[in-house]
Amino acid sequence: MMDDLYRENLMDHYQHPRNHGPLAECDAEAEGQNPLCGDQVVVQVKLADGAIEEMRFTGHGCAVSQAATSMLTELVQGLTVAEAAALPSQAILDELAIPLSAMRVKCAVLGLGTLKVALHRAAGTPLPAEWGDTDEMIWS
Amino acid sequence: MTVSPLTATDLDRIRADFPILARALHGQPLAYLDSASTAQKPQQMLNALTGFYATSNANVHRGVYTLGVESTEAFEAARDTVAALLNAPSRREVIFTRNTTESINLVAKTYGVQHCGPGDVIVSTVLEHHANLVPWQVLAEQTGATLRFVDIDDEGNLQLDALDEIARAGSVKLVAVTHQSNTLGVRPPVAELVQWAHGQGAVVVLDAAQTVPNRPVDVQALDVDFLAFSGHKTLGPTGIGVLWGRESLLAELQPFLTGGEMIRSVKLERTSWNTLPWKFEAGTPAFAEAVGLHAAIDYLQAVGLDAIDAHEHAITDYALGRLAEVPGLRIIGPQTAAERGGVVSFLLDDVHPHDIAEILDRHAVCVRAGHHCTQPLVERLGVAATVRASFYLYTTEAEIDRLVEGLYDVRRVMGVR
Repeated sequence: MMDDLYRENLMDHYQHPRNHGPLAECDAEAEGQNPLCGDQVVVQVKLADGAIEEMRFTGHGCAVSQAATSMLTELVQGLTVAEAAALPSQAILDELAIPLSAMRVKCAVLGLGTLKVALHRAAGTPLPAEWGDTDEMIWS
Repeated sequence: MTVSPLTATDLDRIRADFPILARALHGQPLAYLDSASTAQKPQQMLNALTGFYATSNANVHRGVYTLGVESTEAFEAARDTVAALLNAPSRREVIFTRNTTESINLVAKTYGVQHCGPGDVIVSTVLEHHANLVPWQVLAEQTGATLRFVDIDDEGNLQLDALDEIARAGSVKLVAVTHQSNTLGVRPPVAELVQWAHGQGAVVVLDAAQTVPNRPVDVQALDVDFLAFSGHKTLGPTGIGVLWGRESLLAELQPFLTGGEMIRSVKLERTSWNTLPWKFEAGTPAFAEAVGLHAAIDYLQAVGLDAIDAHEHAITDYALGRLAEVPGLRIIGPQTAAERGGVVSFLLDDVHPHDIAEILDRHAVCVRAGHHCTQPLVERLGVAATVRASFYLYTTEAEIDRLVEGLYDVRRVMGVR
């Protein structure tokens, strides 16, 4: 029953996060915080030919926030900037594949929101309106 | 006077009065350990609330007809009950609000605005709930007064030796303090603070949201000037709270909100205010909720607030002992049951509190995880969030045992070694 929520894949990403640790040089960067629960991630992206060559992150917080960001680093590798910047939040929820309450959805999309802030900021484009629903979060 | 805690028979009888406690979640009986957030409701209160709507509903202070007279009497009887509960010298000092937050805002936006200015000092503490902190920040910004905070030690005890230094910052006009921290359960030395504040010529605003529900609270013995609490933490409905204030202070204040009910006469050019307490009750008040609160207070007094306090002390002592058995568990705040209420904050290894609460939920154990509306406090304690279990008159040792079993499962699921 417990493992419905904290199933193996999620715990594996939480305990062994992929692409974790800072990049020496990056083309886009942002920090996201969820002050409600203290989750925090810093996302860094290296671009090549308009595509994501590498995304790395650091941070701390609950298992859902950290595992989701770890999964995201694999999900977006090779996507064009436009594709990644337009990725819907459902993409990461599908990746997590666990039932989440509305409050925990915010944990799940923290990494994706931060990635979008980084990409849109680097491109000089405004953040899409659908991210208005995560305005409790602090982007910097 | 020593009061014996509730017996097992008492507890069985009490629990049978709370219909929600019979509910199952995820195939297990509910273990509700979040009463510091809101209390569950006894059938007696629910009957009073729905019974009022079913048989006696009419607006108060207006109807010439019998129904309106009855509802006015019921509403005002609730005020008498609150006045007696708090040992208030006068029923005119009991103002119905929406909740503790509104009660404190009322003081800030009437007494505060009318008495504070540049050169004045407002004092609060690091322990406070946002409800007893943000209104004072806003008041300081609006009036040019200085806001100073009394710090705590690592167990949450106020550092009162800093008061002398605070007094040198200006003329101390108002001291706002909690009667019991909603995050740590610690009970600050209110008597000492009151004595100091009055020595400075300041008034004391006491946030009693965490104590009116579970222990005798006497405004005359406490010698505070304003006191706030919420109905929903006191077995009552949501949407009703209380501000008690000294009549001599309330009488000279300008109103908080204006409109109907709070007036004596209205001309197009000017209006004269109603007398206390209605001067501070603009618009149709929460009279049905007041009837519910009345029944809730009757229930608490029938059980006995001394007995409830003793029960909470015993259950907190038991919880602290059981939690200490869990490897990697760290109590945040006071380490013993002395001088504290039925609230325990803790961390487990480096597992995030939200993960702990989510896994406990699968065991039907309801605890709060986060900053508990005390962001400056958790920051001062050097943590991002805590897990908080809080207890009330219906909490059993068996529920604490389920919390502890759940925490062992948290260790297993999260791979804590």
